[in-house]
Amino acid sequence: MALNLKEIAKKEELFMPGHRLCAGCGTAVLMRQVMLAVEGPVVVSMATSCPFVSAATYPYSAWKVPWIHSAFENSPATISGVEAAYKALRKKGSINQEIKFISMAGDGGTYDIGFQALSGALERGHRFLHICYNNEAYMNTGIQRSGATPLGAHTTTSPAGKLIPGKREFRKDLTAIIAAHDIPYVAQTTPFHWRDLMTKVQKALAVDGPSFINVLTSCHRGWRSDMKDAMQILKLAVDTCYWPLYEVVNGKYKLNYKLRNKLPVIEWIRPQGRFAHLLKEENQPIVAQIQQKIDENWEKLLAKCALD
Amino acid sequence: MARLAALTGNNAAAEAIRQIKPDVFAAYPITPQTEMAEEVAQYVADGILETEYIPVESEHSSMSACIGASLAGVRAMTATASCGLAYMWELLPIAASMRTSIVMAVVNRAFNAPLNIHCSHDDSMGARDAGWIQLYSENAQEMYDNLIQAVKIAEDEKIRLPVMVCMDGFIISHAVERLLLLADEEVKNFLGEFKSAHPLLEVNNPVTLGACALPDYYTEHKKQHSEALRHSLGKIMEVADEYARLSGRSYSLFESYQLADAEYGIVILNSAAGVTRTVVDKLRKEGIKAGLLKIRVYRPFPATQIVQALKNLKAIAVLERTDSFGGVGSPVFTDISAAFMEAPTKERPLMINYIYGLGGRDVGLEDIEKVYASLQVINQRGKIEKSFAYLQARE
Repeated sequence: MALNLKEIAKKEELFMPGHRLCAGCGTAVLMRQVMLAVEGPVVVSMATSCPFVSAATYPYSAWKVPWIHSAFENSPATISGVEAAYKALRKKGSINQEIKFISMAGDGGTYDIGFQALSGALERGHRFLHICYNNEAYMNTGIQRSGATPLGAHTTTSPAGKLIPGKREFRKDLTAIIAAHDIPYVAQTTPFHWRDLMTKVQKALAVDGPSFINVLTSCHRGWRSDMKDAMQILKLAVDTCYWPLYEVVNGKYKLNYKLRNKLPVIEWIRPQGRFAHLLKEENQPIVAQIQQKIDENWEKLLAKCALD
Repeated sequence: MARLAALTGNNAAAEAIRQIKPDVFAAYPITPQTEMAEEVAQYVADGILETEYIPVESEHSSMSACIGASLAGVRAMTATASCGLAYMWELLPIAASMRTSIVMAVVNRAFNAPLNIHCSHDDSMGARDAGWIQLYSENAQEMYDNLIQAVKIAEDEKIRLPVMVCMDGFIISHAVERLLLLADEEVKNFLGEFKSAHPLLEVNNPVTLGACALPDYYTEHKKQHSEALRHSLGKIMEVADEYARLSGRSYSLFESYQLADAEYGIVILNSAAGVTRTVVDKLRKEGIKAGLLKIRVYRPFPATQIVQALKNLKAIAVLERTDSFGGVGSPVFTDISAAFMEAPTKERPLMINYIYGLGGRDVGLEDIEKVYASLQVINQRGKIEKSFAYLQARE
């Protein structure tokens, strides 16, 4: 499908309105984009998370596709069973059409508690796409730190206090860890970059094997930002090189967004209340540390993409 | 045509799985189940069995994958033991309340600590309230027969509940026995095809499975599950009758051995029923009216039938290979006690509870004889001094 807004507007919505996600929720936007990018039959498996409790509360469902949830940390394992069942039925001739499989989980269900199930399912080579809606903390349980929470961020379990200025560790680079699984398709994106996101979903679903997309998405409750700025903040994440848009196709890195002006990271930090304490004079060394890490990672990425 | 074979419990279970032909088999190896997972993998590798074998990275994922596969609309099986069952614990009530038709072979093994790879019933007894049907098997023949029947029970449209089929680790899983096997065609015809009520893979009729239900609906979901489990006893017996016609081997909710006129009874599960039966025969020769009740279906608990079978005895010992730490007694003891409380009958035997055979400790004729002797003492005195004790423990 050519990604033409006019054409997309005519498509049937598969993630329906009426769900209970917050106004200004980045994840709601990305769910819609993902489902509008899908062509043909698809089955979705989802981990326990905000979009789970908000869009599938009995007796309602916002999902117009076959959809399954069973627990928090096992979405990739669950979809691997569904995909295996599909293979069995195709061999028997009971199913004759191609069906795509998507597993979705937040950063908790992907970086942390669900990491093992994801790594195992990727290694086993099931044909499915795992999408991480990564808002950098456990937002569904009320903003607790995760392995995706960046250095210095205030969360309820990495609070900025009198002694400790927010999270003391850098986040882990999960996209790189997944790329190291040597699967056919790995990418990073955000829902602000809708064309990039939807193209990546289509590319991922087209490969014969497992694929993974790490989507940085805003949560104004956890990020302590203005609801209307949801998309603008995600743009800043990319423009500061905090969250570069890239993909790894069969092991080959490709940058998808070439910056004209790399903005300083403070532009990304400033609009978010979770970083408010970092604006204080005494915490400037932390900001410098964040900037340094971003610069190093950006250089490494450029080298991987063979650009300089 | 029946085939005579010499197989270990694990071989017999793997043979049952081969004949059952699950569309998806997802398992993680754990002692003493490993051989079963290996054999099924070999069947698939040799083209003898056409199944999607998912070599998962953990038991948490084996149960998750089975949930996905069963709800997708196919026959899904797994096997585990001990820590493996504990690791998939979170998914057990989910598999049951989502009304999957998963059949799982459990090779009973002790829980750590101390680490022990031998038989206790800690694993499946701990999972007794997960909402699964549980069948227990004395030997390889029963394991084989129970697995085949379990599939038919689990897939019944009125039941749609997962079934755990248990046998004793090492004592049965690794011991070679003579048993009779059905022909592949017989198993195939007995089971038929699995028909899921709302298969996830029916893409033109999309379903949302595993939704969140808040206080306004949760209770009704659980009540439906509870009723389905309680009502499954009838179907379990129907399947047993049909299986008896096919195989010539009869199964019931429990086995009563010399119980009709017995004065002293032992209630036991799995392999130790063998040694108990031998002791019953010996005591009978001595004129002592000993009997045995071996439970096959533990969940749902056949309370009325068990009370009926035990009510005329003078004294009973419930022997279990697990402790319910800090409880009134071990699981079966507690259930039978409660069943008598609920029963209209006023006749109640004196009842004691022994914990035996933990971590694979061998239970000998003399141990069982001691139990029957203690029952006679209790009966003479007309009262129980100590209702709960560890048999065989060094003081």
